[in-house]
Amino acid sequence: MSVISRRKLITTGVVAVAGVAGLSAADRIAKRYGLIPPDGGGIYGPGETLTYAAQRLLTKHSLAREFPRSMISEKPFGNELAPPTDAFKHHQAAGFADWKLDVGGMVERPTAFSLSDLKSLPTHSQITEVVCEEGWSYVAEWIGTPLSGVLNEVGVHPQARYVVYYSIEPDWWESVDMADALHPQTFLTMGMNNGNLPVHFGGPLRLRVPRQLGYKSVKFITRMTVTDSMKKFGKGLGSASPEAGYSWYAGI
Amino acid sequence: MAASSTVSQISVARTEAGAPPRHTLLVRITHWVTVLSFFALLVTGAELIVSHPRFYWGEAGNSGTEPLFRIPIPASRGTVPSGYSYTMPDQNGWSRYLHFEAAWVLVITALIYGLASLLNGHFRRNLLPAPAQRNWPAFRAVFARYFRRGPPDAGEANSYNVVQRLSYLIVIFVLFPLVILTGLALSPGFNAAFPIVVTAFGGRQSSRTLHFFVTDLLVIFLIVHVAMIALAGFWSRNRAMITGHIKSQPYQTKERV
Repeated sequence: MSVISRRKLITTGVVAVAGVAGLSAADRIAKRYGLIPPDGGGIYGPGETLTYAAQRLLTKHSLAREFPRSMISEKPFGNELAPPTDAFKHHQAAGFADWKLDVGGMVERPTAFSLSDLKSLPTHSQITEVVCEEGWSYVAEWIGTPLSGVLNEVGVHPQARYVVYYSIEPDWWESVDMADALHPQTFLTMGMNNGNLPVHFGGPLRLRVPRQLGYKSVKFITRMTVTDSMKKFGKGLGSASPEAGYSWYAGI
Repeated sequence: MAASSTVSQISVARTEAGAPPRHTLLVRITHWVTVLSFFALLVTGAELIVSHPRFYWGEAGNSGTEPLFRIPIPASRGTVPSGYSYTMPDQNGWSRYLHFEAAWVLVITALIYGLASLLNGHFRRNLLPAPAQRNWPAFRAVFARYFRRGPPDAGEANSYNVVQRLSYLIVIFVLFPLVILTGLALSPGFNAAFPIVVTAFGGRQSSRTLHFFVTDLLVIFLIVHVAMIALAGFWSRNRAMITGHIKSQPYQTKERV
């Protein structure tokens, strides 16, 4: 055996051992600090994990861009909706007077908030862009109350890691981690461009998550569950989106 | 130091009669990984365009606003005014997953290649035009030879001419950084942290349009690159990029140390 091939063998061995040790250490660190998304398995798992981990390490507290009033889109585009269910039509006929948001799970005081309860909380507005995964976008003013205030009201347990939220319409649910749930721009939105939030844009109640793509901003919210694990929700991938083939984390 | 000398000795050991390889092992590996990730990005990017084949300028744009231009194909989503009465199959889910995974592969490969090439002198020695090439006559001579379909100079089996060097430098230091930055400018999370990037490109929709244009330039480069390889000798050039060998003799196992 020549010097070169022996040296090559040793080098390859050292590199391989270092690589395996490095990967397993990275895996342990990622799990410990919650850097692996619920859909972090499978062939696209490494890419999703790199994206989510990079965003959480580098951009956790950053604020979505806000725009001057002059940049509000004259023609906002409300995406296509499935025909409303009877449950929704019933609420619509009653002027959404009985619309409730049930907040439960890992909280001290599970509470059902009416729209007027939510309106009595501090109201804020933000002019941010809705960004669809298809490529189009529009800028609008969104008026509502930060989700963090509602979570403070119900008292979230310290081990909570995700907030799961459901539309009144079937099979439409998402979740965000606590970084996005407690983010100051994550709003329970009830108004748009100085009026009530139109039904086509998610009225009477939509969760706006402006640091992620539009599909995370679920329309017609009626229910929220705080949890420490996504394993028992649906197929355990984090939301309805990965079950339909789309990433759970849409902040890219 | 120890590691890099080992790598170069391995490379030397694998070529014939002690000649240095035409392309180093690092260049060969990063070249083909880039080819794979670029094709994944190109195919999935095209699929994503099909969901909204309209391009805008400025910050915002959608089916209700006037596009800068549109690609005259049917869309995969029913809300897009494409002019067609039917929709294409929707492939956005896996296309998005693969686009971003391939982007990570491309960026990590580019960082390894870029850093190593700065340190080992690859950029300076092989891609920066050599002193004798830094003049217009040398530049024009290469083009004149291309246009009369003349054979390559003898030296070009082992080195690049000035037009090749400048093309590679533009692709490596202008087009790839631009396509990565315009892509990052489409990420809402990245924009929140680094708004200056999307603002510098003129807004979100401008960034998307520029991402498309820079991709077009990379595709033009790819077509010319492959055409020139075909003209110079497709298999000999590919062999050089796969094994490192230049000559057409088969690989000599006996000479392997």
